[in-house]
Order: sequence, then C-alpha cells, then structure tokens
Amino acid sequence: MPLAKRIIPCLDVTAGRVVKGVNFLELRDAGDPVEIARRYNEQGADELTFLDITASSDDRDLILHVIEAVASQVFIPLTVGGGVRKADDVRRLLNAGADKVSINTTAVSNPEVVEQAASRFGSQAIVVAIDAKATDATNSRWEVFTHGGRRPTGLDAVEWALKMQQLGAGEILLTSMDRDGTKIGFNLPLTQAVSDAVDIPVIASGGVGNLQHLVDGVKIGHADAVLAASIFHFGEYTVRQAKEAMQAAGIEMRL
Amino acid sequence: MMSASKPLIAIVDYGMGNLHSVTKAFELVAEQQAHIVLTADPAVVASADKVVFPGQGAMPDCLRELNASGLKQAVLDAAASRPFLGICVGAQLLFEHSEEGDMDCLGLFKGRVVKFKPENMHDAQGQKLKVPHMGWNEMFIRREHPLWHGINDGERFYFVHSYHFAPTTDAETVIESAYPDRFAVCVARDNIFAIQCHPEKSHSAGLQLLKNFVNWKLSF
Repeated sequence: MPLAKRIIPCLDVTAGRVVKGVNFLELRDAGDPVEIARRYNEQGADELTFLDITASSDDRDLILHVIEAVASQVFIPLTVGGGVRKADDVRRLLNAGADKVSINTTAVSNPEVVEQAASRFGSQAIVVAIDAKATDATNSRWEVFTHGGRRPTGLDAVEWALKMQQLGAGEILLTSMDRDGTKIGFNLPLTQAVSDAVDIPVIASGGVGNLQHLVDGVKIGHADAVLAASIFHFGEYTVRQAKEAMQAAGIEMRL
Repeated sequence: MMSASKPLIAIVDYGMGNLHSVTKAFELVAEQQAHIVLTADPAVVASADKVVFPGQGAMPDCLRELNASGLKQAVLDAAASRPFLGICVGAQLLFEHSEEGDMDCLGLFKGRVVKFKPENMHDAQGQKLKVPHMGWNEMFIRREHPLWHGINDGERFYFVHSYHFAPTTDAETVIESAYPDRFAVCVARDNIFAIQCHPEKSHSAGLQLLKNFVNWKLSF
C-alpha cells in the first residue's frame, strides 16, 4: 500500500522547555522545543507530538507559545496533548497551530468533550489517548487508566477505543503502561487487539528500545503509526535510521 | 504599508479551522514578493490578486459559516477570474454535492464528495485500511500543471480526511493518489486549482506547491 506508516517523535514539554525523564525519577532540561522540533523535522519525522506535562496551571499558556513558534517554522503535522479539559482548550491549541489535539483523562471523566470537540473541529483534529495496563499475567485484557496512569477506571481498553471512535475520535494514541519506560518493546497483543477492533488509525506507544520494536509494532501490532521518545532524545538513533530500518523490513515509509 | 507593486494574496478566513500554518507557510515561501493577508473581509478578498480558500472540519459547518460570513460572493468572484487555490474542505466545497450532510456545494467542478468506506478497504496483505485516510501518501501526475513545477511524480503529501471529491470526468484531474483505489487529489481548470491534502503540512514538496502558487501567472 502506498500510504506510509508514520514515525512520531514525542516531546515532553514543561514550562516552555523540553525535558527528558530518566526512569520517571529525574527530569532533565533537553532544550528548546523549536530547535528540537526542527531537528526531528530535518531527520524526516512524519509528525510531532508535544505532551504538556506542566504541573502548575499558571504556566499552562506557555504551551500555546511553543506551538505557535514551532508551527511557524516546521511544516509537518503537530499533535498536542496534556491538560485538555474542555472543547475551548482544543480550540485554543488549534488556533495556536496544532493540527490535532489529544484528550486523555477528560475523555473518561467527561466523554461529551470528545463528541463536542469532534463535531466542532472535525474528527481529524481529535486524538484520544488511552493508557492501558494488562488486567492479569495472560496479557489478554487491558484496563484504561487516567491521571497519568495513576487512577484505574474499570474500563476495558478495546471497548473504550470503540466507544471513542463512535463519539468522533479520529485517531487513538495507545500507550501500554506495562511497557512504558521498559525498552523491551510495545505490548503487541494490546496494540493488535485495539488496532484490529477500530476503523480509525492507531498510534502505538510505550516500550520502544530498539528499531526492531518499531517494525514489530506495525507488522505484528498492526499499528498505523509508532511513537517514541527516548530512543530519539538520547541520540541512540535518528528518525531517518528508524525509517530506513522499517523500510528494509518491507514497511511502506516516506523517505 | 503596502506597496503597489507587490501582489496581494488573501487567505479567506470564514471561521473554519487552523489557518495559522497555511498563513505562516505562505509568508515563508512568498519571501517578500507578495503580501499575505489572512482576512474575513469581503472587500479585501475582492481586491486580492490571488485567493486561497482553505477549510477544515465538518463540511456542513464550513458551508454554513461561509454563507454567514458574507464572504461567499467574494470567493465566487475570485474563483471566476483570479488565481484561486482551494485546500481540503475548501477544495471539496468547489464540487456540486457532498455526501457529508447531503448538501449542495458551490458547483464549480462537476462531481460529488463521497466518503471512504472502511468496510470495503484492505491493503495488499489483507490488512484493513483505516478511515480517516491519515498520513503521507503518493501523488501521481496525470496532467502537467504549473503548480506542480519542481515536484516529483510519486512525491508524498500529508492527508487527513474521511471524504474525498470524485469528479464526474477525469479531464480536469491533475494529481491522483490511491487508497486503495485511485482517487483524484488535485483538479484544475483555468485559474482554479483544488487540492484535497495539506500542502502547508507536507514539508518541502508542499511548500514548493505554495511557492508555485505565489509565482503562478495565468497564460490565457
């Protein structure tokens, strides 16, 4: 198929700066978001995702300036997530230059926000982020968590993804909490179960440690796109190397 | 402020979608050779040398906002004579009818806007194809056009849409893509060029298209 699978570097942003987490313990300043976005753009990133992890609501508007600055210089799609509580938050991010806005906790606490945002701005602009964790060691059922993975919801991840599609989500960003930060690869049964169940694209996230993991996410997990942070931030691989490895494995890529 | 020598390119703002990127992309490629103005004022659209007609979101909302904005006549006048670029829903609105909301559109191109049907769509490996059609897909040249100057056959552009235009005749089709069947991505006639995907999000090839629009001289 000519439609290429996508590689999406993810940047965590707090108070207007990109940070790198090391095992969730320490956050190190990793630099200027515009500069890092330009670097990934030059390496051939298909999209960029910004996750606003700003803790203080006073600093929330800083992400708008970051997106405006990036969108003025980098002409590929930009997704922004973190702290979206109402349809008006979506509007402000889109007006700043985001192409898509990702909704996570609010989708659970207030699903009509997804519906309102999709009908006001179009499904193509609404991503629902799902953080999921296996319910037991068989890794065959997965529960949705919110609040950065701290709060269980009792919701089944596959059913939840279908519900979000029905409410108008245009894409699912699926993160395996079991794998996030482990570097042992995506949770492939989870990725495949969600991707096969829905008609909308699924981005696999959580656990990437090497380039074969990206290949597996598409070939075994049936993901439409793969998201990674640390393998790119720490300079282990460039985005271009990742794309070349995927193409060598027979995956359609934009190179 | 504005020097008389520089052409004015108006980007029509009728309240639908993110116009930040398309404005910034045009400012970048125009390199001071043209004034780029994002405007909701029909008089500015009427006075512009070239007009860009974007659009995002649900098509019925776009048509309603276009009617409510008082910009519709200025847009139609521009499309009748001056270099005119329709992007995404702005391109779809130029056709006769849309399945989305079952409504009549502006009717400048013959054909309908139809939905991708995911239940019937699979790739060569039998994997189902997702809708929205989202990501970078190949552009195949069907006809030469000045706006495609310097862009390769098979170049990838960024798409994100669930509906696409289906022209009645392929005589005006300039570019096609495939998902999985071939479909028209760009149609053109005289001064009008309409594109389904997003040049302002398509990296250097997309910027080349916008630059070609800035430099476009009608030859009739």
